[in-house]
Amino acid sequence: MTPERSKPAGAGAIDFLAHKGGDHVAVAVRDVQPGPALVAWLDSPERCEIQVNDQIRFGHKVALAGLAEGDPVIEYGVAVAVTTGPVASGDLVHIHNVRSARWRHDS
Amino acid sequence: MAPRQLSGYRRADGRVGVRNHVVALPVDDLSNAAVGGIASLVPGVIALPHAYGRLQFGEDLDLTFRTLIGTGANPNVAAAVVVGIEPNWTQRVVDGIAATGKPVVGLAIERHGDFATIAEGARHAARFMQDASELSRGPVDRAEIMLSIKCGESDTTSGLGANPTVSQVVDRHVAAGGTVLFGETTELTGGEHLIAARCIDDEVRKRFQGFFDGYLEMLEASGSDLLGSQPTQGNIAGGLSTIEEKALGNISKTGTVAVVDVLGPAVAPSRPGLNFMDSSSAAAELITLVAAAGAVVHLFPTGQGNIVGHPIVPVIKLTANPLTASTMAEHVDLDVSGLLQLEYSLGEAGERLMEVLDRTICGRLTAAEAIGHAEFVITKLYRSA
Repeated sequence: MTPERSKPAGAGAIDFLAHKGGDHVAVAVRDVQPGPALVAWLDSPERCEIQVNDQIRFGHKVALAGLAEGDPVIEYGVAVAVTTGPVASGDLVHIHNVRSARWRHDS
Repeated sequence: MAPRQLSGYRRADGRVGVRNHVVALPVDDLSNAAVGGIASLVPGVIALPHAYGRLQFGEDLDLTFRTLIGTGANPNVAAAVVVGIEPNWTQRVVDGIAATGKPVVGLAIERHGDFATIAEGARHAARFMQDASELSRGPVDRAEIMLSIKCGESDTTSGLGANPTVSQVVDRHVAAGGTVLFGETTELTGGEHLIAARCIDDEVRKRFQGFFDGYLEMLEASGSDLLGSQPTQGNIAGGLSTIEEKALGNISKTGTVAVVDVLGPAVAPSRPGLNFMDSSSAAAELITLVAAAGAVVHLFPTGQGNIVGHPIVPVIKLTANPLTASTMAEHVDLDVSGLLQLEYSLGEAGERLMEVLDRTICGRLTAAEAIGHAEFVITKLYRSA
């Protein structure tokens, strides 16, 4: 499930941008430190604040929802990966906790 | 804002170009020096040197002919001087271009040598330049403009900004009755089912799947682990986690419209709307193929900063990466990095790209044209005899 959305949280700069409503992840549009951060959506004017658990670099992804092991990860409104372990909202999402659903490679 | 009246060059076959080039086109590698000689004697003539055209056979030879003929036939070309080492293949290219009704001559080097060939070619080219200078732009309809799209040096800003901006223009162009070509068979891997689902009917879907499966079989036969190496180490360092995610970023530039047809490489489309072309994802190869199919303007979203251009087709480059926009400004036609902070909406970014597109159609030089980026690369399917 995705976090509850609030109305725009003032003039704060956007930390993460999500492609579509319902996506499980959003992309950092600047380097983000653990703590509160602002998420915006490309397809709507809504904003929400989330608690970030990890350092997340520009271009990397944060989880907007808690996911169980083996869950599909939705981005662009479609499944782009499956989790390889539990993922909490605010965690960094990358190759350490997700993998391709279509191809496995053990490199 | 009132819609701009677009202008272009209406050619003898009815197709519309946005540039008015005279080209010197070699049939083979041996003729590169002669076309270079012609272009150096007649300013403004564009020489199109390339590496192939000898001892090719079968499908690979057909593709080279289709690329050469299609390039000369492209509506951005007013006239062509074709030079080959021997007369038979030269005439085949000349006949293909002549079918469009545009002025074209062919010269063979054997029995004449480079000097006499260059002298005669230059006389033709000079006359073509003078004749082309009398052709003027006239009003054209958006539906008559064939666009092509391809992204390169992509990063996560591509999927967030530059590619969805192109997507806006694809939808608008197709809604206006226009044609858009996209390709990159390789880069769809992981998202190919989404393109298959957008194919307009089962027949088109079957042909799309055929091209895609053919590509996978080719990979398997080569024994290389291309899929295993995707996303690349560079992609992973930039934040991409899976091949599906990479494919989605690529697909995010293709709009939301149906895929109306599926084409072989350098094959001209016959249906207006979004057409898929089986092709490499290498920038210069793809743009050369779609230009040979008749595309007259290309939209190129980039993340890290691909600098490609084409000799006869304006290539419009846009980026949402602020570092690319600031450090590589001479290559960038449109900076949409403001999207990352939502300083404007995707719809507004689409408007800005439409504006750049329309000005380019009407004659404004792209960054690549202004600084002379003119990559012309024929796709080689397999080794020559």
